[in-house]
Amino acid sequence: MVTSEPTGILNPKQRARLLAALYIAQEQYGWLSPEAIQRVATRLNLKPGQVYSTASFYTMFKLEPRGQYLIQVCEGLSCYLVDSVEPMIDHIKKRLSIEAGETTSDGKFSFEIVQCLAACDFAPALKINDELHGNVTLNMIDELITDLSNR
Amino acid sequence: MIVAHMMFEPVLTKNIYKKDSEKISTYLANRGYEASRQALTEFTPEELIELVKRSGLRGRGGAGFPAGLKWSFMPKDHDGMKILAVNTDEGEPGTFKDRQIVERDPHLVIEGVIIACFAVGASRAYVYIRGEFFLGVKRWIKAIADAYEYGFLGENIFDTTFSLDMSVHRGAGAYICGEETAMLESLEGKPGRPRLKPPYPTQTGLFGLPTIVHNIETLACIPHIVQKGADWFASIGTAESKGPKIFSVSGHVEKPGNYELPLGTTLKEIIYEHAGGVRYGKRLKAIIPGGASTPILTADQVDTPMAFETLEKAGSQLGTGGIVVMDETTCMVEVARRSTKFFAHESCGRCVPCRIGSIRLLETLDRIEDGQGLPDDIESALYLAKNIDGNTFCPMGAALVNPARSSIMKFREEYEYHISHKKCMVGSK
Repeated sequence: MVTSEPTGILNPKQRARLLAALYIAQEQYGWLSPEAIQRVATRLNLKPGQVYSTASFYTMFKLEPRGQYLIQVCEGLSCYLVDSVEPMIDHIKKRLSIEAGETTSDGKFSFEIVQCLAACDFAPALKINDELHGNVTLNMIDELITDLSNR
Repeated sequence: MIVAHMMFEPVLTKNIYKKDSEKISTYLANRGYEASRQALTEFTPEELIELVKRSGLRGRGGAGFPAGLKWSFMPKDHDGMKILAVNTDEGEPGTFKDRQIVERDPHLVIEGVIIACFAVGASRAYVYIRGEFFLGVKRWIKAIADAYEYGFLGENIFDTTFSLDMSVHRGAGAYICGEETAMLESLEGKPGRPRLKPPYPTQTGLFGLPTIVHNIETLACIPHIVQKGADWFASIGTAESKGPKIFSVSGHVEKPGNYELPLGTTLKEIIYEHAGGVRYGKRLKAIIPGGASTPILTADQVDTPMAFETLEKAGSQLGTGGIVVMDETTCMVEVARRSTKFFAHESCGRCVPCRIGSIRLLETLDRIEDGQGLPDDIESALYLAKNIDGNTFCPMGAALVNPARSSIMKFREEYEYHISHKKCMVGSK
């Protein structure tokens, strides 16, 4: 788990620790449940509303449970231009039998369509949890999903 | 005739292909931390500000503000803490230079940070990095920890009275946090919504303190300016655009990637000499020169030099230098639609023209692309663009209308064909 403030420098205001705290909470709970939000609020001496306001603004904070592996496919311009985004999206939907934004019934995979991952040099790109994959092919997707399914 | 810069010796990217380029041992083995030592022991802060002013360095994050001038705006009589905020929130579609810098040569940026902080009297530097850059976050954290261990950060750097603390702050997925005041809001733990300017960050920035914000490519230039001099830097580039620049090239090219070249290198040279030309031998149709928010250029503008003033004259902007190349099979309505979808998704929601306008613009483009376009739709899109641009807190309003407006201006016949024939002129998509 990577958080900020590796060097132990204190932020002058408690609220400035909020994004880092939300990452930790999300790691522990798997998602930012109302309970997690409340705990972060208590620890940082903030109102739950303040915590929720920040948590709901950023796409990487999940306010609903999600699968163990979150597959994010970039549909940005450069990935689109290399001709393979639509087939990739269709392939993943079929393979996992879910639509974008959904989670498989076993809770293993979630699938999202996202915007530019700043990986245009090896488009098309996708991300699984924190790991970025470039020059993705349908075969690669099959291998990745099979590998993760067996873990 | 193409005047090739094949001989140009990379400066900003000279280390990145070395083995273990991100490690402090590699950096030190290549005269690392000599520039910052020199700056702190041989220069006064005023001399450094003067040096950077004379170099002509302009910001590499998109706006192109003169760096030395920005440094001189930091108050000299401020008693409390001053701050440098380091922008690694790269999210502009078509841009991937900052990711490469932080993953492969973070110490170059730390040196730039040390020098900039010494020059403006800042004692704390906050790195803001895009949440998706997992490897980048790890590299930043390791690099900063190592720099502390070697005494390049912390108390009394190089046995001077200057002290500097630096830490990493991970963003969490919001394009708008690349805008400097939105980034400050996010650093404070709030939703990243831009602030109204003035006051500018140099007066009232992070936690209300004087704050200077720089993109990491700008900071990567600083150590080289200190070592090689302002005249060396100013000798590279054009009249108003000095120094080397990393151009990210993607889309329909044989060799997508980052290419470091002098500012003022033509698009033609970058695309054909360096990025291997348009892929599969196809014909060039259009180019986005500086990331998705910059106006689209046509193939006959390929001789335009990549410099602030020349791109402005061509009706576009240098932006981040993220070049997206499109060949003859590209549907320009779809290109505009995709970019607009991105901006509509990333609008922070504060200003109505951006929040609602982007959605209305996207709906209009969706209709045209899907063959449901109405006869008035082109004019409606232009009307929306006119009323969004300039009517928002931050530059997002201007940015979001550029794909639609510029492609209508340059490729209007494609829009008309889409509406009248209910299908695409290009046919492939």
